[in-house]
Amino acid sequence: MHISNGIIDGPVAAIFGALALAVLTFCVLRGRRDLDDRLAPMAGLVAAFIFAVQMLNFPIFTAGVSGHLLGGVLAALLVGPWVGALCVAVVLIVQALVFGDGGVAMLGLNITNMAIIGTAAGYLLIALLLRVLPRTNAGLAITAFVSALVSVVVASQGFVLEYWLGGTTDLGGNLAGLAGTMAGVHLLIGIGEGLITATTVVTVAKVRPDLVYALRARRPVAPAAPTVPVAGGAR
Amino acid sequence: MGAGHAHVLYRESTSAVHRLPPEVKITAMVLFTVAVVATPREAYWAFGGYAVLVAAVAALARVGPRWLLSRALIELPFVLFAFALPFLGTGERVTVAGLSLSVDGLHGAWNILAKGTLGVLASLLLAATTTTRDLIVGLDRLRCPQVLTQIATFMLRYLDVLVGEARRMRVARVSRGDDPRFLWQLRGFAAGVGALFLRAFERGERVYLAMVSRGYTGRMPAVWQGADAATAGQWAAAATVPAIAVCIAAVAVVLT
Repeated sequence: MHISNGIIDGPVAAIFGALALAVLTFCVLRGRRDLDDRLAPMAGLVAAFIFAVQMLNFPIFTAGVSGHLLGGVLAALLVGPWVGALCVAVVLIVQALVFGDGGVAMLGLNITNMAIIGTAAGYLLIALLLRVLPRTNAGLAITAFVSALVSVVVASQGFVLEYWLGGTTDLGGNLAGLAGTMAGVHLLIGIGEGLITATTVVTVAKVRPDLVYALRARRPVAPAAPTVPVAGGAR
Repeated sequence: MGAGHAHVLYRESTSAVHRLPPEVKITAMVLFTVAVVATPREAYWAFGGYAVLVAAVAALARVGPRWLLSRALIELPFVLFAFALPFLGTGERVTVAGLSLSVDGLHGAWNILAKGTLGVLASLLLAATTTTRDLIVGLDRLRCPQVLTQIATFMLRYLDVLVGEARRMRVARVSRGDDPRFLWQLRGFAAGVGALFLRAFERGERVYLAMVSRGYTGRMPAVWQGADAATAGQWAAAATVPAIAVCIAAVAVVLT
């Protein structure tokens, strides 16, 4: 979903750049508190993971952007919304600076869509669903799947909003078509993203529940069964 | 283990551009791109000027045009949109080779192609002349918040860990009789993605603890920060490229 240089005009890009900078500053302030010895390597790995999955991308012919997995919800689940948004933002910054993936001048727009809108929409849903759904692995899987699916579609509509505000070519009535194409394609991507997010998070939650940020507030339901020492050390 | 600290796009050399401190190159590249994007699209000559600038820097950095152009193809997915615009655009239309095309759409397509390509070439030049380590040092010297540089450091460090773990898991699968061909590899990979993440994390955690026990405090050693920071002369030398670009953009804005 990277926007390349020249698709959105300068003033709109500048406004969204300022918006992204303001939100990221807030995330830095909040994230600094979160980033402890356990979260720092996790944040790095989440960013590396997102970087790797974003390599797989394909063009959406009529929309001027590429479709790929976003990873915002995975980040929000594992490292929290503040550090999560920063992880996605770092991925986007490095991609823009070194790999020419998304224009440098459009960085504000890309960060707004993928790092901020995607993560925020996802985290709101996570917070809601984790409260409503049963506290089981299935509940966590459904939470991860639904939040990832919705966040990808919502983030794709961020692009439509930006194009409506400052697209360099007037599409006239085709804007609705653009919105439809983006939503349709990202619904498919969202299903893939949801599956990957759910598998990853559930695996981590089974083995190392302490690593899942979204489950931190949760006290263990039953006292943990006494662990039996295993040859070679417990995992 | 020691390998892989430079990324695939880096071109080993000792040219004048390679020797410039990273923060100078990052700043110059960002300013150049902003100037390109701010140029009105009707000023065709301006984009020619930018292309000459890019070619001059590439020659100075001893990056061949073939390498540059073939790597620039990665932008193709992004600019495909440009080819759809002449058909989708509204307003006045012209007929070219029997096709009815929108003038506004044609301008839009040119706009995206020219600005997109120049932006990609500029970032490729930065990538070809700067190692990832230097990139992080450069961002740090540009007062980028430490949280961000820390995440970026680990991201680039763990990419190798992730790729290495994925390779080990694939070897393990194949040696147990899995014989994947082409796309079917994806199934085995998708089933193991959670395990991959966990294995990479546990390895990454060891990397992190090893760093902490050797005195890592969230910032790369002071030796990296202080050594050869940019001098005023280097800033001035690198400023020529964005300065010329800004002049071209300013003239283009005034003329159109």
